[in-house]
Amino acid sequence: MLDTMFYRPQGLLDQLTTLHQALTRSLTGDGTPDAIRSVAAGSFPGINVGRTTKTLEVYAFAPGLDAASIDVTVERGVLKISGERRGSAPGGDLKVQTYAAERPMGRFTRALTLPDDADTAKVEATYRDGVLRVSVGLQEAAQPTRIAVR
Amino acid sequence: MSNTDLATAAPDRSNPTRPQDARMESSERSQRAVAPAVDIFEDAGGITLLADMPGVSRENLDVRLHGDSLAIEGQASIATAEDMRALWAEVSVPCFRRTFTLSRELDAGRIEANIKDGVLSLRIPKQAHAQAKKISVRAG
Repeated sequence: MLDTMFYRPQGLLDQLTTLHQALTRSLTGDGTPDAIRSVAAGSFPGINVGRTTKTLEVYAFAPGLDAASIDVTVERGVLKISGERRGSAPGGDLKVQTYAAERPMGRFTRALTLPDDADTAKVEATYRDGVLRVSVGLQEAAQPTRIAVR
Repeated sequence: MSNTDLATAAPDRSNPTRPQDARMESSERSQRAVAPAVDIFEDAGGITLLADMPGVSRENLDVRLHGDSLAIEGQASIATAEDMRALWAEVSVPCFRRTFTLSRELDAGRIEANIKDGVLSLRIPKQAHAQAKKISVRAG
């Protein structure tokens, strides 16, 4: 179950090739992303995308949010996920010292262009253990049909 | 995480065979892990540590104390469909692990841990006798 989520399903060599292709696609020669909506590596929240025969599954790793405050919108084929992480420092106390502040804070937005066969009427979002899962239905026509051989 | 792992984290340089042992142990580790991002605050009563561990539920969280080493480890587990194939993965390691060294004035026996929405929060109180005392400065 987790394998499909976190590891590419092929063997190690294929995996490296896929990774290399992904990097080549997303990085131009000067090391900057070329897709118009791509963001620098390590941006918050990290996103994984998978596909089943019936849905496109988008996972955003965004811990510490209030489910009601997460905005998920689909407009003109673009899926946008936005929200805000509020500072967690014990409020305003001058006697509190901060030794580490690595966790990203503030407003964030990530956008993804959905494939042409996405059915934007069938979008579901759930938030659990800090992971937002957006499930986008795919149109029937895109699902493989078996053709009988006579 | 076993006690041996904690020992590996701080290799003993006095023993020349140690690095090799450490390599063997780390290759035996079942899984790679990433260090979760943390915030650490200190107030008069103790230290608060927050760690981002998305996908980790209470059952898959392990907070362990060995001597003055505090290790946090969590497995992310996310429900996925059987027939899903990955198209894109920014998060590729489903395991978080990080170790901290506590100082003596902290009361390791009273650590409280809590995880909510993928954020681990640890409260490490100071020993009662270690809480700050104001020292008055007399004019000489």
